[in-house]
Amino acid sequence: MRIGVVRFPGSCDEVDALDACAMVADSELLWHGRTDLDGVDAVVVPGGFSYGDYLRPGAIARFSPVMKAVADFAAEGGPVLGICNGFQVLCEAGLLPGALLTNSGLRFLCKQVDIVVERPGTPWTADCEAGERLSIPVKHMSGRWHADEATVAELEAEGRIVFRYAPGDNPNGSTADVAGVCSAGGNVVGLMPHPEHAVDALTGSADGLKLFASILNGGDRVGAAG
Amino acid sequence: MLIRPKQGILDPQGQTVERALPALGFEGVTDVRIGRLVELEVTDASKLDELCEQLLANTLIEDFEIQIQED
Repeated sequence: MRIGVVRFPGSCDEVDALDACAMVADSELLWHGRTDLDGVDAVVVPGGFSYGDYLRPGAIARFSPVMKAVADFAAEGGPVLGICNGFQVLCEAGLLPGALLTNSGLRFLCKQVDIVVERPGTPWTADCEAGERLSIPVKHMSGRWHADEATVAELEAEGRIVFRYAPGDNPNGSTADVAGVCSAGGNVVGLMPHPEHAVDALTGSADGLKLFASILNGGDRVGAAG
Repeated sequence: MLIRPKQGILDPQGQTVERALPALGFEGVTDVRIGRLVELEVTDASKLDELCEQLLANTLIEDFEIQIQED
């Protein structure tokens, strides 16, 4: 199992993501200018401020050459995890539903929050139980996930809300307390909290490691030939 | 291009500005909404809609309006 971590100009969490992946599998960085994924089995789109967050977070990064390869990989059922800015990029690219708006409190947030796993069984939540609480930090300015009512109802019905902030712990005003969602196939998951910053009890929590460890159990490429 | 937050989407920036106005003596101002203005020059204006939809605006959360000024 080899996991690729995309690096855009302005990424800043790719090294932590790489280290988190390395705890469970082989891992490598994928520069945004390349047009292939070097044959990796899973892809992480990490956090940061790709392209300076100009225009809207993720709006420019989605046109990076590597994103075409990520979209093709996702369409074949390849597991993709978007964290924070990576979540914003995947939403802008149309690989995940909704959009991320400025936090309702207009402040940059950096704090530990509890999130609840609503959808175990994706390649990134295979090791989690439904209703399990994970303690994972958030650090973002634009983390208020939004989708219209009809979309939220559809996502609820299809089990595509993967994580919610625990009751009373919604830091950014996101619709329906959503912290993370997945694609129709479940293989593309995005969330605002940073599991790669919660992989060692020394820094407060190792709960985030579950997402990366999940890929070993649930990382089979759904729908891919062979 | 004028790009605005869609109706019904919380605009905390607009709300904050709205709350600040009475302190300066500007009473009776409501529904402050803050968007973005993009100015650009093009030789062919036929693709401006597409340009807005694909990049300048995120139509899930923003509406856009194109105003053309010809030289």
